[in-house]
Order: sequence, then C-alpha cells, then structure tokens
Amino acid sequence: MNAVFGYIGVYFLRFLHESGRISILFGQTIFLIFRPPFNIREALSQMEEIGVRSIPVVVITSAFTGMVLALQTFTGFKRFNAETLVGTVVALSVTRELGPVLTGLMVSGRVGSAMAAELGTMRVTEQIDALYTLATNPVKYLVVPRFLASLVMVPVLVVFADVIGIMGGYFVSVKVLGTNPTVYIRRTWDYMELSDIYSGLLKACIFGMIMAIISCYQGFYTEGGAEGVGKATTRAVVLSCLVILISNYFITAILF
Amino acid sequence: MIGDTSVKIKVVDLHKSFGKNYVLRGINLTVNKGESMVVIGGSGVGKSVLIKCVIGLIKPDSGSIGIDGQEITSLKEGSLNEIRKKFGMLFQAGALFDSLSVWENVGFGLKHHTSLGDGEIKAIAVEKLGLLGLRSVEDLMPSELSGGMRKRVSLARAIAMEPEILLYDEPTTGLDPIMADAINDLIVQMRKKLEVTSIAITHDMVSAYKIADRIAMLYEGKIIEVGTPKQIRESSNAIVQQFIQGKAEGPIKAR
Ligand SMILES: Nc1ncnc2c1ncn2[C@@H]1O[C@H](COP(=O)(O)OP(=O)(O)OP(=O)(O)O)[C@@H](O)[C@H]1O
Ligand SMILES: [Mg+2]
Repeated sequence: MNAVFGYIGVYFLRFLHESGRISILFGQTIFLIFRPPFNIREALSQMEEIGVRSIPVVVITSAFTGMVLALQTFTGFKRFNAETLVGTVVALSVTRELGPVLTGLMVSGRVGSAMAAELGTMRVTEQIDALYTLATNPVKYLVVPRFLASLVMVPVLVVFADVIGIMGGYFVSVKVLGTNPTVYIRRTWDYMELSDIYSGLLKACIFGMIMAIISCYQGFYTEGGAEGVGKATTRAVVLSCLVILISNYFITAILF
Repeated sequence: MIGDTSVKIKVVDLHKSFGKNYVLRGINLTVNKGESMVVIGGSGVGKSVLIKCVIGLIKPDSGSIGIDGQEITSLKEGSLNEIRKKFGMLFQAGALFDSLSVWENVGFGLKHHTSLGDGEIKAIAVEKLGLLGLRSVEDLMPSELSGGMRKRVSLARAIAMEPEILLYDEPTTGLDPIMADAINDLIVQMRKKLEVTSIAITHDMVSAYKIADRIAMLYEGKIIEVGTPKQIRESSNAIVQQFIQGKAEGPIKAR
C-alpha cells in the first residue's frame, strides 16, 4: 500500500516539476517574442513547414470526417424524420469541435514530432550548447519562431478544415443520400452563428500554442542520445494530444 | 583576482557532480592574458566539463570562475550572454548546425552580432575556412563533410569573431598528422597575432608541447600539476610521467 502511495507521490511530483518547467519555457517564449531582433525569415519558413505542408493531411482528415458525420447523422435523424437538419449538425460539429480538435491532433502528430526530434537532435549533438557559446539565446532562436508559426498557422488550417468538412458533408448528403441541395445549404447557414467559427478558431490558437510549447519543451530538454530523441518525440506527440483533448473540454465548458 | 589585470581566467575550488558521479573535485587553475593553457588527462576525467563550466554551459555545484575579474557562476543568462561574446569554442564533436550550410555556420556569430551583409559574411567565412585548409566547401551542408572537415569548420566558426578567449576541445583529434600540425601552427599564430587567451584540451602530447605555454594535468577531479612543457616533461610525479609517456602500467589504471 505504501509503495502505491509512493509511486503516486513520485509521479505527482514529477508532474508538478514538468508543468513548472513547461510554464517557465512558455513564459520565456512570450517574453522573447517582443524582444528584438525579430527572426522573420525563420518564422516564415516554419509557417511553410507547419502550415502549407500540413494542408494535405488536414484536408483528407476533415473531408472524411465531414462525410462520415453526414452518414451517421442521417441514419440517426431519419428515425425521427429530421433528415433536413443534417447540414446543421455537420456545420456545427465541424466548426465548433471537430475542425479544431482533429487539426490539433493531426498537427501534433506531423509537426510536434518533427519539432521534438529536431530540437532533441540539436540538444544531444551539442548544437544548442553551441548556440549559447555564440551568445545566441536558443529559446529565441529555436522556440519563438516555431511557437509563432504554430499560433498563426493552426487557425489557418482550421479554416481549411471547416470548409472542407462542410463540403464533405454536403457531398455525401446531396450526392449519396439524395438530400435537396438548396435545403441542405439553407439549413447549414440558418443555424450557424459567427461565434461558432470564432470559438473554433480560438481553440485552434490555443491548441497551436499547446502543441508547439510541449513539443519544443520535449526536444529542448532531451537527454540520452538517439534513444532520448526517440522518447522525446513520442512524449511530445502523446502529451500534446492529451493536453489538447483535456483542455478542449475545459475551454468549451468555460467559454461557450 | 580583483585588480590583477594579467589574469584572464581564474578558476577557484570548482566542484561539480552529476548525481553520484563526482567529476570535478576542487579545480584551481589560472590562465593569464595571452597565455595558451593546455589541459591533459585521461578519457572521462572531466576535461570537457571543466571548459563547459568556464563558458557557463554547465553550472558548477560550488567554487568560483572569474573572467577578467568578473565572477560568472552567479550570473543570469542575459549577462552571461554578454560575457560569452568574448569567447569562441570548438566542441569535441563539432556541434555544427546541420540545418545551415558551412559558410552560414562559420558566419553565425557575425550574422547575429554584427551588421555585416551576407556577402561580406560569406567572404570572411571563406577566408577563415582557407586558413584551415578548406577550399570550396562553403556551400556544402555539414552532413556532406568528413569528420576531420567538420572539426575544422567548427574551428573556423570558433575563430570567426576573433574572440579574446578560445576554448578548444581536442582540436587535432581525428585529423591526419600533417593537418594536425597545420592546426597547431594556426593555434600558435592566433595567440601571437591576436593575443588570444586559450584553453585547449588534448590527448595528443605532440600537439600539447607545441601549442602550450603551460600544461595542466587533470586527474581524479583535481589539477595535479601545472607547468611549462619542459617542467611537465621533467615532472617527478609518477602519474604525470605515465600519462605523457602513454604507458599502460603505472598508478593510472586503464579501465
Ligand atoms: N551533461 C552531463 N550529464 C551527466 N554526466 C555528464 C555530463 N557531461 C559529462 N558527464 C560525465 O562527466 C564525466 C566527465 O566527462 P567529460 O566529457 O568531461 O570527459 P572528458 O575528460 O572530456 O573525456 P574525453 O577525453 O573522453 O572527452 C563523465 O563521467 C561523464 O559521464
Ligand atoms: Mg571531452
């Protein structure tokens, strides 16, 4: 019994320790964003990596999600003759919930892992130490551009996800299930409010920050050679995804 | 240390352990302005840890490190950054930035701390690479270089800003004897022409005798002997003698 409490205690302390260090890195990053010099070129190249290169993944994910959502909702709603509301359900689910969450998860897998691996490799091959010796702040040089690029590009990806998801739902409803297109579109627009989109984009910003800071943290403090880089990469993805899912609930509960 | 302007680096009673691994156990070392100090010692005794402490990459557990009379062990990252502008460091494994080309690596400090344009930076990088016998490599990526070339590019990066203090972690390991000797000459020139103060770590006694004003031997966490190459060669300490002659038998046990 004591051993169990011992384990819980150790894990709890480690959790507090890690959260503390992640918060410190977050604080430093925010502080350094506003300090010159501004490395715009690096931020742009990260934006390309995070944003442009993630478009295919996000498009496929959201298209099929919108499509399956239309199928499932149609099956359920037919039972009480509410098929015409499928468009509403697809639009609301995608903009408020699935767009940001799925994009957050996919980007964590694609980009978070790469960030952790890249920074982790730089740590274990002493490139981060070399940055210090060249009187460069590695947080400024490495973390800030990745953080900014994620903060900007994840919401952009979510806009893509929203549009493609809704189009996927439309496609299945109209072409496969035979819903009247005019009705479908009217139902989609009638019940959708601007706040649905805003709330989704706000989530996207938060998820982008979570993904970037957790992944950079894991890479930045990697220990133990190639094996350590592997572990850091895995932890970056798993932890980013978990924190995105958990915070998603609380953001929804508190704000909307 | 205060007021003594001829002292550049002063390390006093420095201790550092990693968990149970007690690496530095009270290091005392003074390096004068313009002096070339060579640190010798067995593999794993903590030579790299020592110079990383000197440049503030590793925080020691206790003890003091003075650079130009300024205590650095208690400095915050921001002020430490200012101090680091006096330094250039060659890492044992090179530590080149693998996302940047060779000339961008060499010119990294110039790019971040001067207002020079890319063209000028590249010209300086090419010149420094030339000093180290590297030609037409400036546009390659580090992954395209051989081990010895990486080391020299890293050395070019360390000297590019013409710092006051240079720390060399094994500058000649992995190079052929002729190239090693050329690097030794370069290190000697740097000291003569630019009055650089340096600490070099090496296992290579030929190189040590050639570049050192004084040699310090690190053993079991302490500096057990410091002296000119001549004094070291004539040392009566059995440990020093065994090391410089490279014998397997003696007080140092090969592990
Ligand atoms: N960052 C670190 N974390 C934990 N232990 C470390 C760290 N850096 C060095 N050590 C330990 O400190 C000891 C000394 O290492 P150091 O790299 O200084 O050796 P060295 O004298 O440079 O050896 P070599 O000649 O082989 O390069 C080793 O036992 C090493 O395991
Ligand atoms: Mg070493």
